[in-house]
Amino acid sequence: MSTLPSTPRLRIPARARPGEVIELRMLIDHPMETGLRHDGSTAPPRDLIERLEVRRDGALVFAADLRNGTSPNPYHVVFLRMERSAEISVAWTDARGRTARASARVAVG
Amino acid sequence: MRRRVFLVASLALVPWAGQAADAAALEAAIREAIGDAVPVEGGIELRVPAVAENGAQVPLAIVADSPMTEADHVTAIHVFAPGNPTPGVASFRLFPGLARAEIHTRIRVAEEQAILVLAVHGNGMVRRASAALKVTRGGCLS
Repeated sequence: MSTLPSTPRLRIPARARPGEVIELRMLIDHPMETGLRHDGSTAPPRDLIERLEVRRDGALVFAADLRNGTSPNPYHVVFLRMERSAEISVAWTDARGRTARASARVAVG
Repeated sequence: MRRRVFLVASLALVPWAGQAADAAALEAAIREAIGDAVPVEGGIELRVPAVAENGAQVPLAIVADSPMTEADHVTAIHVFAPGNPTPGVASFRLFPGLARAEIHTRIRVAEEQAILVLAVHGNGMVRRASAALKVTRGGCLS
């Protein structure tokens, strides 16, 4: 699987108390070209990240199918309740099947 | 006289830059998302700016009422911008590992319109909410 040439960012706290709700902030630099835009005389071809997946210790907790109306540099925030320490991993995949990944561990205790 | 009528009729068929998705495209997108379900108004809080300066980056916060337990949770949230050239913004899939049915994102908005959000619950119920906003500079075509 090839890598998406974008820089993914995942911001989550490194530690949480048992049962605490934490905020996951996800950002990736990407033009999200719809193919409908005209930039002066040129029309950049369609180039979209179509899928976002968030997993906690491998189990899917959130996914998104992104379409034309999602902004360039897609930004998403969701909230997780943490009962125990876990690895949070995020994957963004474009229409050509290229994926960018970010992950971080949250220590609970 | 006949020629003028023909000219007017022809112009009506020419697509123009600011064109929004038509009602049929929106209806098709909604049906693809929720099938034959009939949405019930309410149960979702939407936060958008009343006026967005940059239509390419409009903050949207969605909070659907749900305990997000294994037995009772929102399974999907669908976002539509009916006034954009294509109405689809995103479809979110939610699992009970989430603390709440709350998502913040940023969307493209072409022109003044009401953003439509549908929340699908585990029991099949679909709730609906919309939020009107204006944009200073459209975010879809330039």
